Amino acid sequence: MKEILILAYKLLVNDKGKYTALLVGTTFSVFLIVQMTSSFAGILTKASATVINVGAKVWVMDPGVNTVLNSIPMPDYVLDSVRSLHGVKYAVPLYSGGALVKLRDGTYQPVTVIGLDDTSLFGRPELLQGSVDDIFAENGFVVVKDEEFHKLENPKIGTEFEINDHRGVIVGIARVATGGLFGTPTLYTTYNRAIQYIPSMRFTTSYILVEPKTESDIPQIKQRVESLGYLALTSEEFQGRISSYLKYQTGIGTNTLLMTVISFIVGLSISGQTFYTFILENLDHFGALKAIGMKGRELVYMILFQAAFTSLAGYGLGIGLSTILITAAKLRLPEYASRVTYINLGLAFVMVLIIASVSSYAGIRRVLKIEPFDIFRG
Amino acid sequence: MPRAAIVADKLTKWFGQGDARTYAVKEVSFQANWGEMLYIVGPSGSGKTTLLSMISGILRPNSGSVKIDSRDLWSLSDDELADFRLNTIGFVFQDYHLFPRLTTAENVAIPLVLKKRKWDEALREAARFLEVVGLADKAHLPPTKLSGGEQQRVAIARAIVHQPEILVFDEPTASLDGETGRKIVSFVKTEILTPGRCIVMVTHDSRIFEYSNRIMEMEDGRITGFQQGGSYEA
Repeated sequence: MKEILILAYKLLVNDKGKYTALLVGTTFSVFLIVQMTSSFAGILTKASATVINVGAKVWVMDPGVNTVLNSIPMPDYVLDSVRSLHGVKYAVPLYSGGALVKLRDGTYQPVTVIGLDDTSLFGRPELLQGSVDDIFAENGFVVVKDEEFHKLENPKIGTEFEINDHRGVIVGIARVATGGLFGTPTLYTTYNRAIQYIPSMRFTTSYILVEPKTESDIPQIKQRVESLGYLALTSEEFQGRISSYLKYQTGIGTNTLLMTVISFIVGLSISGQTFYTFILENLDHFGALKAIGMKGRELVYMILFQAAFTSLAGYGLGIGLSTILITAAKLRLPEYASRVTYINLGLAFVMVLIIASVSSYAGIRRVLKIEPFDIFRG
Repeated sequence: MPRAAIVADKLTKWFGQGDARTYAVKEVSFQANWGEMLYIVGPSGSGKTTLLSMISGILRPNSGSVKIDSRDLWSLSDDELADFRLNTIGFVFQDYHLFPRLTTAENVAIPLVLKKRKWDEALREAARFLEVVGLADKAHLPPTKLSGGEQQRVAIARAIVHQPEILVFDEPTASLDGETGRKIVSFVKTEILTPGRCIVMVTHDSRIFEYSNRIMEMEDGRITGFQQGGSYEA
């Protein structure tokens, strides 16, 4: 069989024009599919940035919360109730909200402010410069050095600024695992300072971060929190909820899906038609092979091999091209939200397999119908 | 006493159904012998190519039988027929049907590749047969770079590379000038035809009749007569 596959390979790649067209079709399709899904994956990851960066196991929130930045404040008694639940090791409040920083030139820059529990600083970022204890100093803020850092005019330790008409001082520079989606710099401070500086309603707790005693306590905690009228989600569940919201309750998911389907159709059209034309142009040769003594199933193997080889080569090229483009884009645009995940690669692979199957199916049907007698008849 | 290579008995083939049924070949019986070059001649539409297809195992007759070396060809399954063609028959098609994307040597090697011979080994064997047909120096070229006569010789090399006992030629000189056609057929008769081989050739090129052992004439799907050609000298 190996020798027949070598024959199939030579017949395919030696027809340089057709082979190039087939490769271009598949590569283009994979490139578009991976680009679209990677951009979407990047958006989903950035949308969950705070959840990933804070790193709490369980988050308690108002049931109306769909994204981490649009929190709905809860009354203080909820924190006390959660702390008293069986299976809770400890529970701390977290503030998440927006504020305005006045820059030196007098313009305002929106920022995200995360207020950490004053006693534990649970969820604090990893500091690159400064000491975490300084966050308790007067007006102390820690700034995150991410893609948005420059929007605060690259502050240093000791840099003073104005936030919501209050004085602020940078006491630390930190890094986080994931940058945010909306292009705003992030400042960390204590919970009490956050609610003091940022105007808020009567209720102030955005989220309650819970550390369960054991993993097995989580279902019970979730159930009890639900009976209080609130929602407890694990970190993964919260990220999934944010993803679902973006996928199904905004146009982002639908647009991405549509573009992915269009990319697939474009790839299928180009590759399918080119492959079918390739088969048609070689029909008399396949007939000659059949006359000489090639069996029907060997012809099927040949065509399947040609379709699979082209598709896999196009898949590899498409993935390579996407990766190069995403890497190059991130060098110029650090905030570019794109992330190649195994799910993206798997999806593109499945679509390529479908393209190969559909392309070869039509060709196989045609080749199996040809009679060697037709070759004699001309 | 001639030994029968092919025995066709009351072969009939029709196309179409009902009122549209047309008989291409009607109750044709004949015998082709080992060491013989038998021509099938006749006007267009007389059933020559249909008959050739039935005796070479690529077109199933509606009735009648074909025995090759006493073996009933049309009692074989499709896979057995494919194996039979691969092992026993060598085809030279009217339009050669060479693969333009392969080299001449690769074209010749195809039957060996189908017989699961290793690629390198098949190419070496193909080169040897290209030498037999006088094209050793053209092994690396694609067939499109060769003249019509050379392409025909490549097709012959491909037909004989797997050492088949029966060779079928369909209008081998149709695309060649008279001189080249005669040279090719003369070469086939002197170099390819052996006592253990039978060649059946469909042609209506009277310029090559002198090379045949026998000529079978057909008209309207029936045999209308036999003529003696030149004789084979072993």
